[in-house]
Amino acid sequence: MVRVDGSGSGGALIQVRGVDKNYSRAGEEIHVLQSLNLDVDKGEFVAFMGPSGSGKTTLLNLLGGLDVPTHGSITVDGDEITHMSAGKLTQWRARHVGFIFQMYNLIPVLNAFQNVELPLLLTKLSKSERRQHVEAALTIVGLAERMNHYPRQLSGGQEQRVAIARAIVADPTFLLCDEPTGDLDRKSADEILDLLTRLSTEYHKTILMVTHDPAAAERAHTLLHLNKGVLVEGAHLDQVAGGVA
Amino acid sequence: MPIPVVYNFRSVRARWPSAIVAVLGIAGTVGVFIAMLSLAMGFKATLVSSGTADNALVIRAGATSEMMGAVTLDEVKIIQDAPGVARNGSAPLVSPEVVVIAPFPLRATGTDANVQVRGVSGNALLVRDKIKIVQGRFFQPGLSELVVGRNVPDTYNGLNLGNTVTFGGGKWTVVGIFDAGGSAFDSEVWCDSRVLDQVYKYPENIFQSATAHLTSPAALQEFKDSITADPRMNVDVSREIDYYAKQSTRMTTLITILGGVVASIMAFGAIFGALNTMYSAVAERSREIATMRAIGFGAPSVIISFLIEALLISFIGGLLGCLAVLPLNGLTTGAMNWQTFSHLAFAFRVTPLLLAMGIIFALAMGLIGGVPPAVRAASRPVAQSLREL
Repeated sequence: MVRVDGSGSGGALIQVRGVDKNYSRAGEEIHVLQSLNLDVDKGEFVAFMGPSGSGKTTLLNLLGGLDVPTHGSITVDGDEITHMSAGKLTQWRARHVGFIFQMYNLIPVLNAFQNVELPLLLTKLSKSERRQHVEAALTIVGLAERMNHYPRQLSGGQEQRVAIARAIVADPTFLLCDEPTGDLDRKSADEILDLLTRLSTEYHKTILMVTHDPAAAERAHTLLHLNKGVLVEGAHLDQVAGGVA
Repeated sequence: MPIPVVYNFRSVRARWPSAIVAVLGIAGTVGVFIAMLSLAMGFKATLVSSGTADNALVIRAGATSEMMGAVTLDEVKIIQDAPGVARNGSAPLVSPEVVVIAPFPLRATGTDANVQVRGVSGNALLVRDKIKIVQGRFFQPGLSELVVGRNVPDTYNGLNLGNTVTFGGGKWTVVGIFDAGGSAFDSEVWCDSRVLDQVYKYPENIFQSATAHLTSPAALQEFKDSITADPRMNVDVSREIDYYAKQSTRMTTLITILGGVVASIMAFGAIFGALNTMYSAVAERSREIATMRAIGFGAPSVIISFLIEALLISFIGGLLGCLAVLPLNGLTTGAMNWQTFSHLAFAFRVTPLLLAMGIIFALAMGLIGGVPPAVRAASRPVAQSLREL
């Protein structure tokens, strides 16, 4: 269940309450997000759409603990992250968040295995346990046989699949996807969306995805429209697509 | 667990054109640093090895070198009778010596350089028992003959075995070459002290120093006490090795300070090179850094990672600098010994200690050049860095 009116009972995995995010630019105060409320239950697949500059990525950054709101609170799985120190927030991200970026953001000098292993280096798993986890994650994304390949030796779609393996390998509480198909051709994009759908349906992963792609948004259980810093529930895809254009 | 070191190794390899600037800067600095210190160390080692622990040098009280010394024949006789002096049969192993400076043309430049000419007694090779004649023979007492140190024929024109040379108004024939084990004596010319006195018209009962071979190194104290307690004596007694160590101090200090200044100036440039390399590494990899921060690597991990990278670059530079100066080891050069105003041949000594100091110096440069970029890498806001991409 996903709600944007702040009426959640408190049992939601992610609870956003009255979040504002303001930036100062050239002495001018810019209100990116305004009084934003959001409740996302476990296992939900939510897509955020909206025009450029509407605050989608800012919202994702706040949910992922990469930024802090100007006002309001964000609680994830019972942890209020808005008042955590930078160090605590870093640890929290390692445990709870799997990031998938538009440009994949793989480390070019590390091979697929080493890229996927990165989040596990922050756990107490042994080397052999890490290997098992990495191989499992790469198997899920269909790249087990390419674990020794470097990013430059992979196609864009394959790079994004490695990035997804990296995001899921430590079994985070939820996945944050920032335009995961934005840099891919249609075929590769569909493969990535199939994979995300599988993660949602088969593995019951909670996924929050920012996208401009209506085809991507269609895969989500819930589509939220963000416009001028305000969330709107249940927007129609054609409306949203029109807004993007 | 910190960011894996393999990331730094491969990043340096992937960005080698940028890293090589820092590597070469540090290599050059370390090379100069070690070369200068090896020069000082070689100079010191050459002088120190001139002395032995079981020899005592007696010079006039207050004289800072034997060039300024004056030991009378009467004092020499007291030295010969002093306790602790070794004997060859009944003859005491004491060599009263006269030292003069004579100009000879350097082979390398053709210009004159001062050579220390030492008038010694006939038992000089027994007093300094580590010195051996390696070609020809020792001089005949009473004749105008010379034996020269093994560096001399290669350093100066005209002082080869069998040559006749003129200096001090006399004609001299080179009859032998001796090996003094790389000590300062290898740069000297020896002859009979009485002949030298006659040629230079010096009084025959005045010497500049007397070297006594002792029964053992421990006999020095007894010898010294006996000499200095004698009211007829106005001399200073020191262990020969200590005398030569002291002789080397001024020059080694000068070389060390000069080397330190040059190395410091170069280090300044090398640190800027490292700073530039690491700042550009941080700028080029802001996406990677932000991604790792997003994944959950903390600021300390990022700082350590970039410091490791800076240290890796500086270590490679240090290693290269060490390798570059290794061929200098043993290479003979020369310099003026300001204590005796004579030219001294000595060899660069690139020791394991100097190499270790070079590596430490390189790592220090890497650390200084690596900290500010590493801190910058860790302190950039993650969200902002991701948005700027």
